[in-house]
Amino acid sequence: MTALEERPAAPARTTWIDCDVHIAMPSPAALRENLPEEWRERHDRYGGNPFHASLYPRMALGAARTDAWPPDGSAPGSSLPFLREQLLDRWAIEYAVLGPIVRPDQAGMRNPGYAAALARATNDWVVREWLDPDPRLRSSIVVPVEDTEYAVAEIERVAGDPRFVQVYLQIKTSAPLGNRRYWPIYEAAAAHDLPVSIHFGGVGGHPSTAAGWASYYLEDHAGNAQTFQHQLVSLVCSGVLERLPDLRIVLIEGGVAWAPALVWRLDAAFERMHDEVPHLTRRPSEYVADHVWFTTQPVEEPPDPRSLARVFDDLPCLRDRVMYSSDYPHWDFDAPDQVLRTVPLDAALRAKIMTGNARELYRLPR
Amino acid sequence: MTRHVVARVGDVPPGSRVLVTLDGREIGVFNVDGEFFAVRNRCPHQAGPLCEGILTRPVSSTRPGEYAFTEEGGILRCPWHQWEFDLATGRSWCDPDRVRVRSYPVVVERGGADVRVPGPYTAETFPVAVEDEYVVVDLGGRLPS
Repeated sequence: MTALEERPAAPARTTWIDCDVHIAMPSPAALRENLPEEWRERHDRYGGNPFHASLYPRMALGAARTDAWPPDGSAPGSSLPFLREQLLDRWAIEYAVLGPIVRPDQAGMRNPGYAAALARATNDWVVREWLDPDPRLRSSIVVPVEDTEYAVAEIERVAGDPRFVQVYLQIKTSAPLGNRRYWPIYEAAAAHDLPVSIHFGGVGGHPSTAAGWASYYLEDHAGNAQTFQHQLVSLVCSGVLERLPDLRIVLIEGGVAWAPALVWRLDAAFERMHDEVPHLTRRPSEYVADHVWFTTQPVEEPPDPRSLARVFDDLPCLRDRVMYSSDYPHWDFDAPDQVLRTVPLDAALRAKIMTGNARELYRLPR
Repeated sequence: MTRHVVARVGDVPPGSRVLVTLDGREIGVFNVDGEFFAVRNRCPHQAGPLCEGILTRPVSSTRPGEYAFTEEGGILRCPWHQWEFDLATGRSWCDPDRVRVRSYPVVVERGGADVRVPGPYTAETFPVAVEDEYVVVDLGGRLPS
């Protein structure tokens, strides 16, 4: 052994890949500037829609960390220098996957032309203001989800840029996501080797809970995990994962710990009801294992942290499927050096969650 | 015992705060209705900048749909996750026995009583006048809780 080989390797610098970072245009005026002329004129006449259209008064303006408003007072997540200061540089984030927030809160999504214009304006703004200036950034493709033709067209328009690493849907859609009206979106994504991510939010018209409209944001927030569960069940039962064996689904901000129980329940029922869904050739758990990724934030925080560690034994595929996310700049932000700190995970699993699984899913170079 | 003069009383009116660095520690000093409190600017939950958060009061309710601020008490909400801390004790609302922010005794003293205490204000930049009152943070002990 030579002296050179004997020298211990330099300690690896701790880095993280953050799979859920939000950006937003700084103001209604900025949105106006990014819209095509015909929508700009309409924007002038009607002033756009209100910026914050939450049904529940939350405990933080814009659902943001109160220290996340840039010094100039523009919207949280609208300043790249401030994002660098508060997140990218502070924690040595290797890559951040952006989830652009479309203002005005996607209320315009009902009009297919406006929805398409918002998506195009947002994706072009993302390239110009974020991806070009900072090589650590990757982005999701905003699409007008309820108009499949326009959504596919937007994927086709921008998918050639490898810095767009996934298609971006919101969890609250007008129909369950397994509905065949949405399949062309999945086909386009799979054809471009892009995962389809599904993030908290959306204005599909249904409440978070299957029980009806809640009174409090606390209920809406906790009930959100239910919406993810229903959408996952819909995707599995629809057969789209059978049709598209390479389709990858990423559930962002929907929780993780419920996954084992849901899969157990689905598999047990499938044994008795499989002839109702004969288009499925495998157990639900197998589709989930092969097709579905999860991000951490807001991860379940049981009183005994070991309870959370056990889900990786209960559903072993999660070892390769759970990815760290911060949700910056929102109020339930998880700092990378704090989240999961007390959860007893083996070093290999921790590395997979913090970087490895995301690097593999998004094919991010070292 | 390390005592630090951090401000003139008149410079920290009720509802306001000053952020100071004492012995390398960032500490927020708050005036709640004339009473002063000091806590570390590091949230014990996920290390957020606690003292940059909103200063508010406890909310109570007699029945669903009613909201009332209680008369007394300073509650500091962390800007990150809105964890709440009682400024008087440093205890968190969620987990008062286990999750606490370090708090420090604060007293108001008249200038001239003890001008030897070190602090961020030196004689050059903050001339001590006997007629003024000063906010003094004591790093040497913890508030009884």
